[in-house]
Amino acid sequence: MNSAKVWLAEREAEKWVLYLGFLAIFAFFALTLHDDGFLSRRNLVNIVLQTAPATIMAVGLVFVLSAGEIDLSFGSIVAVSALLAAVVMREAPAVYGIAAGIGTGVAIGAINGAFVAYLRLPSFLVTLATMGLFAGIARSLTDLQSVPVLNGFFTGFFGSGSLAGIPSLILWTIVAVLVGHVILKETRFGAHVLATGDNAQAAAVAGIRVARLRLSVLAISGGCAGLAGLLYAGRLQAAKYTLGESDLMTVIAAVIVGGTALAGGRGSIIGACAGSLLMGMLNNGLILMGLSVSEQMIVRGLIILAAVAVSMREISR
Amino acid sequence: MIMNTDPGSSAVLSLRNIHKRFGGVVAIRDFSMDLGAGEIVALVGDNGAGKSTLVKVISGVFPPSSGSMAMDGNAVSFANSSAARRRGIEVVYQDLALANQQPVYMNLYLGRELRNPRTGLLDRRRMITESEQLVRDLDVNLPNVRARIRDMSGGQRQGVAIARATHFARKLILLDEPTAALGVAETAKVESIIDSLRARGLSILMISHSLDQVFRLADRITVLRRGQQVATRDANGTDKNEIVSMITGLH
Repeated sequence: MNSAKVWLAEREAEKWVLYLGFLAIFAFFALTLHDDGFLSRRNLVNIVLQTAPATIMAVGLVFVLSAGEIDLSFGSIVAVSALLAAVVMREAPAVYGIAAGIGTGVAIGAINGAFVAYLRLPSFLVTLATMGLFAGIARSLTDLQSVPVLNGFFTGFFGSGSLAGIPSLILWTIVAVLVGHVILKETRFGAHVLATGDNAQAAAVAGIRVARLRLSVLAISGGCAGLAGLLYAGRLQAAKYTLGESDLMTVIAAVIVGGTALAGGRGSIIGACAGSLLMGMLNNGLILMGLSVSEQMIVRGLIILAAVAVSMREISR
Repeated sequence: MIMNTDPGSSAVLSLRNIHKRFGGVVAIRDFSMDLGAGEIVALVGDNGAGKSTLVKVISGVFPPSSGSMAMDGNAVSFANSSAARRRGIEVVYQDLALANQQPVYMNLYLGRELRNPRTGLLDRRRMITESEQLVRDLDVNLPNVRARIRDMSGGQRQGVAIARATHFARKLILLDEPTAALGVAETAKVESIIDSLRARGLSILMISHSLDQVFRLADRITVLRRGQQVATRDANGTDKNEIVSMITGLH
């Protein structure tokens, strides 16, 4: 094997397809929707703001998939975390709300993880069950009522605020992506996540504590969902049981298109971020094109199918 | 002071009367053996004779039901495979235990990744340089330690697995069917690597189904039949016919 191939493999060349597709779709919308304001600064910033919660969920999901597990429940965790944070902040300062939101996410994720790690149940079935369970809890928490978030510090910190001209939602996205990337690619924990997803038996005989690691990745996913819930609550200045409800497909698609292997062993946080932006851009462009909701769903489904087909081709090799 | 006069006391590894039972099933019955430094001992026997179980007992995966193990004359018992590894015992598993989508150097350091002491982050550069050195020393024919395992041939993969064991083993390497999945040329390559480990003073316990290979590599041969240790012979004091009849129990 020549060094060029190694060079390409190290840079995860399959991800380049994503970037090319990203540019192609961007160019397409830029040309066809030029008069509809697709390229306006406001619209482009809006795309990034709207995808911020999904990108952060995607960061968590990359860890789960890289470890060879799956989390279907993160959307429901978003709602539970956001609602609890909002309820806490009725009486208490923002800091308690933030702790409640993130803490709830991590705790719920760890419950998923405990079933997977120590009862050896498949994560697909565990999180399929808890997806419904947590969605039900979110509905019953406040009797389907939305809870306003009036705490100005909180809504600035997670929503409308900005630092040095950069909106807080974008800052949170950057922080989550950078921290996630470094943990996955530059720490022993990240290396163990990838090794476990690749060959759990090999990881176990190499002394990696596989069960604890599986619990950890699901807790990370829960924590990311909790943070995403806070971003939703901050941006919308309210929490509702519907938050995160429709993100499941978008986030999974973003992560897979971004070059993370569904079967584990390979993950890319940067790719997932690009994938998430691609999904956001697609949503935005299709709306600007004037497609009806049902048409949007059809077109988006087809494009995701094509994108996933292209990005999975490398994996089966 | 009473001197230990047990002949096994100078052995790198000595096993005394090892029994292993799984419920009512006896997998290994009364196994004893001494392994010296730089010595290659082959463990032969039919399928189900208990060879792999014995490897797992020595490497700490299963505790023995009874019997004792000693290294350099000191009694040892391993709670798990990490404990055995800490004492310098490495295993090359039949199914290789490699992570296929990770590069060679990350597999060499799997579970023992080097970190930069200042940042606590992975020290990829040092892992790469040391892997290159290791691969060169063992003469494993790899194009690039940064290539992924899935792009390697079976022989190269086995080379990686053996290189990993060699790098970390201070005392003993257990090889479970090291060439079972390899072609002729690759087998020869792996055999020459195994042969070169002898010069490093490592002890090797090797399971193999190929008696030709056993006679090419081993100093001594020990035969298991249905969990029973039939005999141990010096390789140049026996021949294939005798070993086969001991394996099968037919005379």
